[in-house]
Amino acid sequence: MQNFAESFWFSLTLIVTGDSELWSIVILSLQVSLTAVLLAALIGVPTGALLAFGKFRGCQAITIFVNSLMGLPPVVVGLCVYLILSSSGPLGVLGLLYTPTAMIIAQTILIAPIIAALSRETIQAVHEEYRDQFTSLCLSNWQRLQALLWEARFPLLTALLAGFGRAIAEVGAVMIVGGNINHLTRVMTTSIALETSKGNLSLALALGTILVLIAILVNAAVAVIGMRRHEAMHV
Amino acid sequence: MIVAKTLYFSTLFSLVLTLAAAGSEYIIIQSTTSTQNSGLLSAILPKFEAHSGIKARVVAVGTGQALRNAQNGDGDVLLVHARAAEDAFVSDGWGVQRFDVMYNDFVVVGPAEDPAKIFDMQNTTKALSQIAQKEALFVSRGDDSGTHKAEKRLWSETLVDTVSASGTWYRETGSGMGATLNMAASMEAYTLTDRASWLSFANKRNLVVLVQGDIRLFNQYGVIAVNPHKHPNVDAEGAQAFIDWLIGPEGQSAILNFRPNDTQLFFPNAQR
Repeated sequence: MQNFAESFWFSLTLIVTGDSELWSIVILSLQVSLTAVLLAALIGVPTGALLAFGKFRGCQAITIFVNSLMGLPPVVVGLCVYLILSSSGPLGVLGLLYTPTAMIIAQTILIAPIIAALSRETIQAVHEEYRDQFTSLCLSNWQRLQALLWEARFPLLTALLAGFGRAIAEVGAVMIVGGNINHLTRVMTTSIALETSKGNLSLALALGTILVLIAILVNAAVAVIGMRRHEAMHV
Repeated sequence: MIVAKTLYFSTLFSLVLTLAAAGSEYIIIQSTTSTQNSGLLSAILPKFEAHSGIKARVVAVGTGQALRNAQNGDGDVLLVHARAAEDAFVSDGWGVQRFDVMYNDFVVVGPAEDPAKIFDMQNTTKALSQIAQKEALFVSRGDDSGTHKAEKRLWSETLVDTVSASGTWYRETGSGMGATLNMAASMEAYTLTDRASWLSFANKRNLVVLVQGDIRLFNQYGVIAVNPHKHPNVDAEGAQAFIDWLIGPEGQSAILNFRPNDTQLFFPNAQR
C-alpha cells in the first residue's frame, strides 16, 4: 500500500511543479481523444438515431453488429490502421503513420461503435416514452427526430463521455499507429507503458493518477454544464 | 464552452501543424528498445539534430518488429541488434548496407538465491542447461526481438527442448525487455537481458547478475539505411546523414561519453 500513497504524493508533486514535458503530454492526450470523440459523435449519433428509428430491412442485424463492435480490441484496430496507413498500405502516400492524426483515426474507429450503440439505446428509450404524444401531435419523422435528440441530450452526453473514457485510457492502438515518439505522439497511456517497462513503477503510477484526475475533471465539467443548462430551463 | 472551443481550435490548429510538418526535414529511426530505455538516444540525438538540422523521430520496438516496419517502408533507418537478421534484411534488398555501431553484452540475471547454482559460471550454454535440468523458472522474451534471437541461439547450443518446456519452467512473455524483467522480478525467475536495459532498469527487486563475460554473450548493434528503391518515400539522404554521423567521430564519441552513473553502457566500435 505504501506504493500507492507514495505515488499519489508523487503525482501531486508532478502537477504542482508543472513539468512542461508532462503538460505537453497531457495536452496532446486531450487533443487526440477530444477530436476522436467529436468525429465519433458525428458518425455515431446519426447512426444510432437511424437504428433507433429503423424500420428498414436488416436493422436488427446492423444493431447486433454495431453492439458487437463495442468490444473491438484496441490492438486489432491499431493493427488495421497501421496496415492501411503504412507506406506499403493503401493510404501510405498520405504520410500519416506516426502522427497524432493516425492516433485520432484509430481512436475514432474504436469509439464510434460505442457512441452509436449507446445513442441507439437512449434514443429508442425516449422514443417509446413519447410515441403516443408524437402520434397525437401528428409530427413528421424529422420533427420527431429533432424532439428526441433534444430530449435525450443528457444521456447522449453520457454516451460521448463513455467514448471519451475509452479513448483516453486506450494504449494498444495509439502505441502501434503513433509509435510513442517523444514530443510528437507520446500521450499519457504510452508514457505509462514506457515508464513501466523501464521499471519506474512509481512514476508510471503517478502518471496514471494524473490520467484519472483528468478524467474526473472532464466528467465534472460536463456535469456542471449539464446542471447549469438544467437550471436555466427551469428559471 | 470557452474551454471546449479553445481546445477544439487548438486541436484543429495542431492538425494543420502536423500536416504542414509532413513536408519538413525529419527522419524516422526504427530502433530497438534498449537504446531508448537506457537513455542513449535522448543523450546523443540532440547532438545529431544540432549537427545536421534534421529532426530524428524514434519508434522504439523489438528488433524483429523494427525490421518488419522498415520492410513496410515505415522508417528511414534502423538501429538494431540481431546480426543474422540484419544481414538477411540487406541481402534481400530491403536495406542499403549494414554498419557496426557499438557493442555491449548480454547477462543472465536471476534471483539472488540462485536455485540452479549458475553464479559465476563461465559457460552460458552450461548455465542454461543447468537451469533446464533443475527446471528453475526461466522467462523468455518470446517476441522475436534481438535479445530473443540471441537467447534462442544460446539454447540451440544446448540439448534442451524449450518448445516442449514452454508453459512449464520455460515461460515466454511475448513482451518487451522491461515487461519481461518486471515479470522475472516478481516470479523470481532467470532471464537473459542486454546490460544497458538491465543497468537502467529500476525495479530489480531480488534479481542479480549471475552469468557474464562469456564471449557467447557479445551483443553487437548495427545501423542500416532502408532501401529507397523499395520505398520511394524513404528519406535516403537523411538516413545517410544519420549513419555518417553515427559511425563518424562525433557520433562515436557521443556514444563513448554517454555514461549514466559513471557506467559505460555502450562501447562504440564503428569500422571507420
